[in-house]
Amino acid sequence: MKSLINRLTEQFKVSLEKQTKSDLCFIRVNKDDAEQLIRHCRDHESYTHLSFLTAIDRIEDNKFTLTYLLHNYQSHQSLGVHVELDRENPVMHSLHRLWGQMATYQRELKEIYGIEFPGSPRLNDEFFLEGWDQIPPMRKEFSTVEFCEERFPIREGRQSTDAKQTMKVEIYPGRGE
Amino acid sequence: MKNEDNTFANNGLLPEEMDLFCNARPVPYEPYSIEVVEKFFNWMRANSLWIMAFGTGCGAIELNPLMTSRFDANRYGIQVRPTPRQSSVFVIGGYSSVKTLKRIIRSYEQMQGPKFVLALGICTINGGMYWDSYNTIKRLDHYIPVDVYITGCMPRPEALLSGFFELKRKIKAGECDGANRYVKNLDWYKDNQKRVIKKWDMPDYNW
Amino acid sequence: MEYWITKIAYYLLTVSIVMVYGLLLSAVIAKTMARVQGRVGIPLYQPFIDIMKNFGNRTAISHGIMFYLGPVFRLAGGLGTLAFIPVIYGSEMFSNFHFAGDILLVMYFIFFGQLGMALGAGEGGHPYSAIGIARGLAQMTSYEVPFALAVIAVVVQYDTASISQIVAAQQGGFMNWTVFTNPFAVAAAMLAFLGMTGYAPFDVVMAPNEIPIGPATEFHSSYLSLMQINRAIFAGAKLVLFMNLFFGGAGNLIELVAKTWAIYMIPVIVGVAFPRFRVEQSVRFFLKIPTLIGVLAIFYVQYIVLK
Repeated sequence: MKSLINRLTEQFKVSLEKQTKSDLCFIRVNKDDAEQLIRHCRDHESYTHLSFLTAIDRIEDNKFTLTYLLHNYQSHQSLGVHVELDRENPVMHSLHRLWGQMATYQRELKEIYGIEFPGSPRLNDEFFLEGWDQIPPMRKEFSTVEFCEERFPIREGRQSTDAKQTMKVEIYPGRGE
Repeated sequence: MKNEDNTFANNGLLPEEMDLFCNARPVPYEPYSIEVVEKFFNWMRANSLWIMAFGTGCGAIELNPLMTSRFDANRYGIQVRPTPRQSSVFVIGGYSSVKTLKRIIRSYEQMQGPKFVLALGICTINGGMYWDSYNTIKRLDHYIPVDVYITGCMPRPEALLSGFFELKRKIKAGECDGANRYVKNLDWYKDNQKRVIKKWDMPDYNW
Repeated sequence: MEYWITKIAYYLLTVSIVMVYGLLLSAVIAKTMARVQGRVGIPLYQPFIDIMKNFGNRTAISHGIMFYLGPVFRLAGGLGTLAFIPVIYGSEMFSNFHFAGDILLVMYFIFFGQLGMALGAGEGGHPYSAIGIARGLAQMTSYEVPFALAVIAVVVQYDTASISQIVAAQQGGFMNWTVFTNPFAVAAAMLAFLGMTGYAPFDVVMAPNEIPIGPATEFHSSYLSLMQINRAIFAGAKLVLFMNLFFGGAGNLIELVAKTWAIYMIPVIVGVAFPRFRVEQSVRFFLKIPTLIGVLAIFYVQYIVLK
């Protein structure tokens, strides 16, 4: 994987973020270079498979991190491409021309994080929420507990216990840790 | 929600769809006035439970072993019908998201009375492990009337069978009038349903 | 006048016996299959409970006049088929309204119910109903060909279009049965019978996992119980018809039960042994080998049996 990173750094402005396993590493690239880099990996480095596209909400840094995970079926190595977006105005170039299924991932991210992908087909269609009238539910400022209490009445008498304490004290007393 | 002549407004429908759907309100049906006849039919209903084949959650997986050689629910008169028109028991299989709830209501209203609801799993009682989920309802009985609850996550097929026996006992005793309860308190149920289902693009009552 | 009252009373008796017999037959088959699979299975009275429960449902919605008439036409098809078939040979009580050309009327009645059902299910508006009806009519027109050829062969052979005379011609030992005097006609008719009963491999109308209930998707409550009753009567009528035409009829009730039971086991055994055909396979099947056998049966009658 080292040689791949070296080859990529020669051509693109990328930085190695971390190598978690011998066959998996993550690189960071800027938003405007991402399409070129991913297209290059797909066409010239045999990373022909898109495993997934997902987003991480880093509310403390005021950033969204998009993760494109690519897979190479010849060497069985995976390459994660991280792209950072501004949280206030999250817009990313649509990559649906690279893989057909990318449009579906982008539709999902639009619905649950509110990230815009201009030009992506059927982007504003409902994905799995029907008639959602709040801020996108996976954003961290959206409080699910408050929303639930307000929208869904809960039956009286429900008890919650701390799972860690219960395991320690009641289920496995004197064992573990 | 209501017009002056006590019919539904069907606000969720497009103008061109209005004519396609009925807007009359359902009326409650009283049992037969002769007690023996009603008891006779209740015995029939208890011994011919036709389940609606609609797996509404993870609990639907428990229905499949019920029909196999090991548990053989067929011998108790339980069989699966693939259409809501012909079925009399609706087994809610565990959690139901808001999107599923809409389909549950549509199917439930299309079933012909007397109809019974068997709520499977803790999620139908108070949300269970989905108690803080943004798209899962917490109390099923706010949206449709429930006759028998089976708790557990997941309940075993034996628990499901014992739930069916409890349902049979209640039907024979004439305690299962969920369809009438639904019709009598229809405005309350519709209010609850519309508070949760924001995209209401179906008639107010699915005849 | 008195003659007709007695006739109608006898006919109603026949209908009830055939209905109970048809329902028991389906229950016994279900029970047998359950035992083969290592299950206990339904109690024998389960079909009766199901019918009564559907009848006792408190609500029944309608989609229009034809929706009401669909099950009624279906039941009329079943009752009409039975009305012109002498159930027991030589018995005044079970001879029904037979007359000189009754076989033609019976053939018409077999298909009448399906047509009425097509109108009713069409008004129900469910897409599965329409698909099921289209499949049913396509399959019906194809299995009618070998069946009609077989009936023509039998009619030519005995030189009569009356069922009771066909039965009379087969009396006097089992070697006189059509199944032994004209095996080709019986082969063609039994293959058509597989399609008529709708068991696998020809269950394209009710195809489970595809269009689960088929034409009856929208029917419920009393409509459904009418259709269940009709299914029993219709199955019984068809069994009796085949027994009369090809297996020498029955002289008493016990013979009737034994013979119809044996005939019924043929589609059941074929059904458990074969998977379902696709629609076009099913339709083409009847137009190939069974039709050829049917044509052969007519030649056989013309040039060998009648010389």
